[in-house]
Amino acid sequence: MSIELQKITKSYDTNLVLEDVSVRIATGEFFAIVGPSGCGKSTLLRMIAGLIPISAGILKIDEQVVNQLPPQDRKLTMVFQNYALFPFLNVAENVAFGLKARRLAKDEVAQRVKQALELVNLSDFAERKPRELSGGQRQRVALARAIASDAKICLMDEPLSNLDAQLRGKMRSEIRELQQQLGLTLIYVTHDQVEAMTMADRIMVLHDQHVQQIGSPAQIYQQPQNTFVANFFGTPQINLLTVQHAVSDQLALDSFLKFELPTKLTAGTYQVGIRPGDLLVDFNQSQTNAAVRNLEYLGNQSVIHAKLDHGEEIRITVANHLAVGINQRLLVTAKPNFIVFDQQQRAVLFVRGGKQDGTDQIQQFQQA
Amino acid sequence: MMENQVAKQNHFWQYLILILLTIFILIPFVLGFWTSFLPTAEISKGALWSSHLSFDNYRAAITQTPILRYLFNSLVISVLTMLAQLVFCSMSAYAFVFLKFKGRDLLFYVVLATMMLPFEAEVIPNFATVRSLNLLNHYAVMVVPFLTSAFGIFMLRQAFLQLPEELKEAADVEGLSHWQFYGRVVLPYAKISLLTLAAYSFLASWNQYLWPMLTTFSDDFRPVQDGLRQLQSQESFNNWGMIQASAAIVVIPTLIVLFFGQHYFKSGLNEGAVK
Amino acid sequence: MEQIKSNNSNKLKQISPASKFLAKSYDVNARDKYYALWFLGPSLLVLAIFVFYPMLKTLYLSFFLTNNLGQPTVFVGWQNYLSLLTSSSYLASLQATLIYVFAVSLLTLGLGLLLAQTASFQVKGSAFFRTVFSGTMGVSVSVAAIFWLFMFNPSVGLLDQLATILHLPVINWLTQPGWAMTAVVISTVWMNLGFTFLIFFGTLQSVPITFYEAAQIEGLSKTRQFFKVTLPLISPTIFFVSIITLIEAFKSFGLIDLMTAGGPNNATNLLVYRIYQDAFLSGNYGLASTESVILAVIIAFFTFLQFKILEKRVTYK
Repeated sequence: MSIELQKITKSYDTNLVLEDVSVRIATGEFFAIVGPSGCGKSTLLRMIAGLIPISAGILKIDEQVVNQLPPQDRKLTMVFQNYALFPFLNVAENVAFGLKARRLAKDEVAQRVKQALELVNLSDFAERKPRELSGGQRQRVALARAIASDAKICLMDEPLSNLDAQLRGKMRSEIRELQQQLGLTLIYVTHDQVEAMTMADRIMVLHDQHVQQIGSPAQIYQQPQNTFVANFFGTPQINLLTVQHAVSDQLALDSFLKFELPTKLTAGTYQVGIRPGDLLVDFNQSQTNAAVRNLEYLGNQSVIHAKLDHGEEIRITVANHLAVGINQRLLVTAKPNFIVFDQQQRAVLFVRGGKQDGTDQIQQFQQA
Repeated sequence: MMENQVAKQNHFWQYLILILLTIFILIPFVLGFWTSFLPTAEISKGALWSSHLSFDNYRAAITQTPILRYLFNSLVISVLTMLAQLVFCSMSAYAFVFLKFKGRDLLFYVVLATMMLPFEAEVIPNFATVRSLNLLNHYAVMVVPFLTSAFGIFMLRQAFLQLPEELKEAADVEGLSHWQFYGRVVLPYAKISLLTLAAYSFLASWNQYLWPMLTTFSDDFRPVQDGLRQLQSQESFNNWGMIQASAAIVVIPTLIVLFFGQHYFKSGLNEGAVK
Repeated sequence: MEQIKSNNSNKLKQISPASKFLAKSYDVNARDKYYALWFLGPSLLVLAIFVFYPMLKTLYLSFFLTNNLGQPTVFVGWQNYLSLLTSSSYLASLQATLIYVFAVSLLTLGLGLLLAQTASFQVKGSAFFRTVFSGTMGVSVSVAAIFWLFMFNPSVGLLDQLATILHLPVINWLTQPGWAMTAVVISTVWMNLGFTFLIFFGTLQSVPITFYEAAQIEGLSKTRQFFKVTLPLISPTIFFVSIITLIEAFKSFGLIDLMTAGGPNNATNLLVYRIYQDAFLSGNYGLASTESVILAVIIAFFTFLQFKILEKRVTYK
């Protein structure tokens, strides 16, 4: 079951919430919609579900226009952030809720509920009430309710945001496995970039009522189309360094931190985006260009917060634990992996291993 | 569009129900207000329309009856009761939440149990008590028995329990005394619940009927509920116009208060009812 | 402790901070019991004089005959109870009270819920309807009685004028037993609606919208959503409101006094009104005390029920 959005727009009176959202989601795809709170991602999901009307644009499910169809005829299920488990029904009754509403035969309902509960490992809890379950178990009941229906499209609205960090990690892989196993087309709304990166086949980034970028996790991370996307993905955040550029073949912050350009750029102000892992540090040089401000030890890596003499703050990750003190001097240089953004915050150049990367996409994006 | 047609049809039934219910609720109001402007002679003939609309009934009510005095009495009694309950209920609730002493929970349940006892079932000994205290026919008789309320204590205790424990710990570290913590932290924190209790106790006092009827005998102290009763029994020749005008004089202030206080009242009621 | 005290002062100074702490641990709550006296004292005093004492006194009086000053004269044991429970007039009052209470509760609940549900839909003017529906909360008992006395008046009242126009029989609302009860019930329900509406409306607003979305995805119609989702979700509030309404109805006095004075033929002589009559009009304080105890037991039972239900209530947050 594929889903196609053509220039979907939502406005309340004169207040524009979403504009011209277009994407085609393939059958069996795990599609994540990501953005900061208030970007309209839940609104978009509810328009797909049919819970709120679409202001303009066309929505197709399985090649059929469904704008006018009520939710129950769109053949989809939904998992909610607060799970929407009915407190007065036990686990099995909650899972059976939709099936009974659709007036399925009793045996069939019982059979499906049993299967769904087995899939989420809750068979022993069928008689419990939701309040007698832990957060993770409630989450799984919500999943079971979605699975029990034979709909092949599942919409999830921040399903993991009420769980603690450890459980979230566990549920991430459980959801992913279920989706693969059942061949579900899954649209997954989240504000958590890590969830989107680790789970999705493709990601749509929403911000300011518009689609910022659609792509695979690798594309989003390595070739962000603008500074918003670059900033939103990756921990610690990407470094964005402002550089005045006269026409030459490099962008230079100072005499050590330099970025060689594979193609020429017109003169002007640019921002260089470089991931913290693509910066190199050396504490044993006599010549230095920065001082340590803070050090975060994270176990498998350390993050150095440093201030360039030039004035900008930067983050650098190093693989090992360093014994460095505050204000210690260091030399910061860069690997030839970086992105150049123009004054409109758009990416104009991706450089990987010193070579230009992914220009086609930039043009595509700029045309669109 | 199909969707819109369905929506319109639903709205038709909704409006029908809304309008019928509105009529049921509004008719006694509207009719009451309307007749208060009609001459009594025409009302008694059964007329609901007259060319002689006037404020005469209001003028008559204010000059010929002590209705304003009744209103004033009620205001005094209700405000005093409200203030007393705010202070004493909040102090008791504070003790039940923030003070640790032997038998605290037992005492709380005893207080709670009194909510089961209707005041109406205790009027006989209470009447004897206020008589022996020489309180009859005075404002005090309508305030003193209601200086505190088990319901108010219960409600505020629920509200105080919501206070984060860290605040008490922080206050202990700062060395705040119980009086300081009560006045500077707990009361401001529970503002909404206090407002709700204020509205509640005011209205409960305002609506008292049986007790003031038993204990007040003069217009100087009689509150408005019993005042209206008095008017109604005196005006047995059915001076409807004036009685309706008196009712209007009584109800308009509360309607205004309700209109502006609706927001607080609603949130407070639901704090009590839902959580 | 003894050890430390017997040591000389030089040695005391050498005690480590830890053992000092053990020796005298500071208790933040040590003085709480003195504070409790001040914080609780006033309330407890008032409750003792005006709730606990009268409760015991009423119970005590219910076993006595009394003189016209209310002082007990002859101990009669259960005699007052027996004579009441075999008196057809008292049993009729009890029956009238039960009919009144259940009619009022059912209608208040049903209409209150209907008001709240219809006002919850977002339609034009819904703010207006909400204000109107909560309106009767600002109406005190005497005003309500006056409004409805006028409505029910056989010569000038709207209802009978309408009946005349429609060629229906004119009803003497307040002087025919069955109709008098109906009139009192209608007036009470009307007076209750504002409060009930506000509570139900607030509860409906607090139900998370995702419950309805989940139901919509499964294709439940609005009507089925109401019965399958709304009603079970707000059932705790329904119980809560029903008990409150029930208790308040048992205690009804003002409306009865103003509209029917217990008549006609004792048809609306409800329990509290009867207590008032027996005690303060007939001076029969012993018997009235017995009636008070019976009333208190009934109300205590329902209040207790309310607490039990509140304890068990489901939360959906």
